[in-house]
Formats: sequence, C-alpha cells, structure tokens
Amino acid sequence: MKSKTADRVATWAFWLTAAIILAVLALFVGYILYRGLPVLSPKFLFGRSESVRAGGGIGPQLFDSFYLLCLSTLFTVPLGVGAAIYLAEYARPGRLLELIRTSTETLASLPSIVAGLFGLLVFVNLTGWGYSLMAGALVLTLLNLPVMVRVTEDSLRAVPSSLREASLALGATKWQTIWHVLLPVALPGIVTGVIITAGRALGEAAALLYTAGQSVGALDFHNWDITSPRSPLNPFRPGETMAVHVWKVNTEGKIPDIRRVADGTAATLVLVVLLFNVAVRWFTHRLRRRLQGA
Amino acid sequence: MAEHRGRKPTRSWAELVPPVCAGVLIVATLAVIVFIAERGLATFLVHGVSPREFFFSTLWKPDRPPEAGGPALGALPFIIGSVLVTGLAVLLAAPLSIMTAFFIVEIAPSAGRRIIQPAVEILAGIPSVVYGWVGLSVIVVFIREHFGGLGFSVLAGGLVLAVMIVPTIVSVATEAVRSFPPEAKEAALALGSTRWQMLRWVVFPAVLPGLITAVILGMARAFGEALAVQMVIGNTHTVPRSLLDQTITLTSGITLDMGYTVMGTAWNNALWTMALVLLIISLFFIVLSRTIAKRGVLR
Repeated sequence: MKSKTADRVATWAFWLTAAIILAVLALFVGYILYRGLPVLSPKFLFGRSESVRAGGGIGPQLFDSFYLLCLSTLFTVPLGVGAAIYLAEYARPGRLLELIRTSTETLASLPSIVAGLFGLLVFVNLTGWGYSLMAGALVLTLLNLPVMVRVTEDSLRAVPSSLREASLALGATKWQTIWHVLLPVALPGIVTGVIITAGRALGEAAALLYTAGQSVGALDFHNWDITSPRSPLNPFRPGETMAVHVWKVNTEGKIPDIRRVADGTAATLVLVVLLFNVAVRWFTHRLRRRLQGA
Repeated sequence: MAEHRGRKPTRSWAELVPPVCAGVLIVATLAVIVFIAERGLATFLVHGVSPREFFFSTLWKPDRPPEAGGPALGALPFIIGSVLVTGLAVLLAAPLSIMTAFFIVEIAPSAGRRIIQPAVEILAGIPSVVYGWVGLSVIVVFIREHFGGLGFSVLAGGLVLAVMIVPTIVSVATEAVRSFPPEAKEAALALGSTRWQMLRWVVFPAVLPGLITAVILGMARAFGEALAVQMVIGNTHTVPRSLLDQTITLTSGITLDMGYTVMGTAWNNALWTMALVLLIISLFFIVLSRTIAKRGVLR
C-alpha cells in the first residue's frame, strides 16, 4: 500500500516539474512579447538608432545582424560540411579521429567571451582589420562549426547504405557518390544545421563585443560600393548586432528610452528565434520523410 | 565504408577538401589555446605576479601606481563569484531538469515529445542577452522589492543562469534516460515494482553517469556565460556575504574592463589570465564528462 502511495506522489512530482518548465517558458516569452510587441513598428524596425535622444529605431542593428549572419554562414557551411564529409565517409578510428573529435568538443564548449578574445587577438589585431564585421563573422564561425559538423555528420550517417552501395555498384566513384547521392539526400539535414547555427549567430553577443564592435557608425544605405567605409555592405567596417544592442543600451546607453528600445529589440530577437524554430522542425520532418521514402 | 580493392580508385581533386576542412578544426582549436595561453601567462611571466597572489588574494587594485606598490592583481573575488553563481544555478536547475528528462521519456512520452521537448528547445534558442534583460527588468526588481538590497545579486545571477542551463541539462539527460533498454524495465515491472520503484532503483542508478554528464555540461555553460550574468550581478569587486550581495565573475570582469584597458598593461594581462582560467576550466569539464561517460554501465 505504501509503495502505491509513493508511486502516486512521484507521478505528481513529475507532472509538477513539467508544468514548471512550461510555466517558465510561457511567462518568459509571454512577458517579452507583451512588453515588446507594442514597440514594434516599421519606424522602430527600420529607423535609425539614436545615441542620446529618444525615439530611435534598430534599422542598422537589424541589418548588421543579418549581414553578419550571412557572412559567417559563408564560412561555416563549406567548412562544416567538408569536415562532416571527412568524419562520416573518410575517417578511420585512430589517433587522428580522436584529435578531431577532441577539437570539436573543445570548440563546442568554448565560452563565447573567450572565443571573442581570441578573435580580438587574431582577427582584429593581427590582421590589422580593427573592429570589423569580418572579424565577428570568423569568430561566429569558430563557435558554430562544431554544431554544423555534428548535424551534417548525423544526417550523412543516416543515409541508408543501400543508396551508397547502389551508386558504387553503378560504377560511380566514391566522390561522385558523396556529391550526387549522399549530399542531396542529406540536404534537409544540412539546412537544419544552417538554421540552428543561424539562430545561435543572431543571439550571440559576448563574442562580438570586441570583434565586430559595439557601434554601427555612420552608414549610408544608398551607398552600395562595397569598398566604401560608409557602405553597409563593406565587411571590414565595424558593426553592432541586435543582441549586442540590447546589452549596450543597458550598460552604457545614454538614451532616455532604454526600456522601450531594449523591449522592442528583445521581442524582435525572440520572434526570429521562434520563426527559426518552426523552420528547423519543418526541415527535420522533410529529412525524415526523404530518408523513409528512399 | 568499404574500400574497393582490385580496382584503381579514381581520385578527384575535390577529395582534398574534406580533410583540409577537418584540419581547420584542429588548427583553430590549437590556435585558440596557444594564443590565449601566451597572453594569459604574461601576468606571471612578465609582470611577476605570483600564482598564489592571483588565485588567493582578494586585493584587486589593478591601477595602483608604482609608488603605492604597483598593481595588485588578486582575482579571488572573480573566482568566488563565478563559482557561487554557477553552483546556485546548478543547484536549482539540475533536479528540475533531471525530473523533466524522466517525465519526457518515462511518464508522459507523447506530451513530452509534443509539448515539453519543443518548449525546452525554444528556451535553448533564446539569446543570452534576452535572458539578461528579463533578469534585469524583472528578477532584479522583484528581489529589490521583496527581499531588500539593490536587487543586483548572486541570487539574481543564479536564477538567470538556472533558466539558461535547463535546456542543456534536459536534452543530454533525456538522451541518457532514453538509452536504457526497455527489457530491463519490463523485468522490474514484472517483479512487481511500481513505476516509481522501477525508475528509482533500476533506471536511475544505471543512467546516473549520463545524468552527471548532463549536469557537468550545464555547469560548463553557466561558468562561461558572460553578458546575462554581468547584467544582473552588480559587478563589485567584493566577496559576497549573502545571496543578496553584489559580486563579480570572471566573465563579467573581462567584459567590463577589456575595452578600457590598454594591451600589454598588467591590468589588461590579468584579464587574459582570467580568460585562460575559463579556457582551462572548460577543458577540465570536457575531460571530466568523458571520464564519467566511460564509466557508464550502458556504454
């Protein structure tokens, strides 16, 4: 009889913890959206940011966030997919494989502020670029590579071996098999990796403070000459992302409406995260269907 | 993959790309370690600060002029602050997360998969500055109004970090619980155990190494988190006497001062030493989780 009671109490406790987790999420996201959604307007999202006056928007920060994201994806995807192909298709058990795994693990658990400091030494100072989007993008690549490699490797390994064998049996070389059979089948998995790393890149701030910088500078959104320091497209200018902006206005902001700007920026970030989350779900679903159909 | 012996393999130049990419991973990791260590050791090698002073002194006067005895670089307040907020966060998050993992796998698999797991994934994706911002505008204010003090406190830092590491612990712990073979569970139930007895005495001890690994990964994340903590902790160079006191951590110290100090000065190099400490601790956490995972019953 006593053990039955214990069982019932335990079951209640488990349901209670699950409820707590849900409540935390609901309160958190609910609070941010409740505070932030009223702030969001085209004028806020695309307007210029102010440094001393009220009423500023986050236009440049929004642009920098996505531009930085694109730049880092440009490095993360080829490097990550390449390393994943090596791990899934070429590597054999041994010292070298151990070394690669250890490296990936080390990078995966690297505190982002430490990665940022490494970027400051190497990509900001050593290269002579100064605070620049390029330096920020390279540090984001460093932080995101382990995730990209793991997700891609998993989806390559999930491809049924019958497909590999069929391709090889038809006389295709190993590389042709990888390029024309494995990669296309694993594509939704790779896209999932891209979206996950994109979400992390958008939210990252500590690694960018001393690499991409903390200011947007005087940008001219009609100047598309990539070499001009005032052009938004110049990858060697400093930039400030939305995530850095939330931190910056709170610690050093001189604007009177810190609360409004931070609420609006936080809500924008959370909305993008939710959107990415839905996208990941959709692509994982597609990968599963494709693998089962194959 | 089977190699094709007896046939000359046709190689393409493109096949050089994968090993080069894998090589980049190794080179990048080594570069991080070498560069941070080279800078971080300067405090001891160039400025002659003894490791004993750095790790065990609470006197932090990095800009003290040479007449008064030169810079005093006791980093103990930073270390204690980091350990305290991390410990508090783990204490709060670990039981909750492990129970959640059991809930997802054993208690209500369908609700777990459809509702709790997606919820945890969303929590995982929320940027750390957003956690910091909610901590600053809600938790700090709440503590100030209901418990007294300034609100910026060890407690606020611990709470914010706890919410942040729940997703890390839950996802790894869920994998661990899921790896338990169903036959052993059925055997326990067939012997007359209730579900709780089966979970407590059969599943829990067997998956414990996996659960500990999960907690260590959460701990590593909490220890390395910078901005969310920095926004709610007050950043005074003091050792806290209660949960409601302000303090500083290794990460928040680096974040605050790196922009204001000149490269090569003792103060600046002390910040690099803190970064080196962070790096070494994160490597230590990796080794620790590997050792424990190897001891696992199921692997």
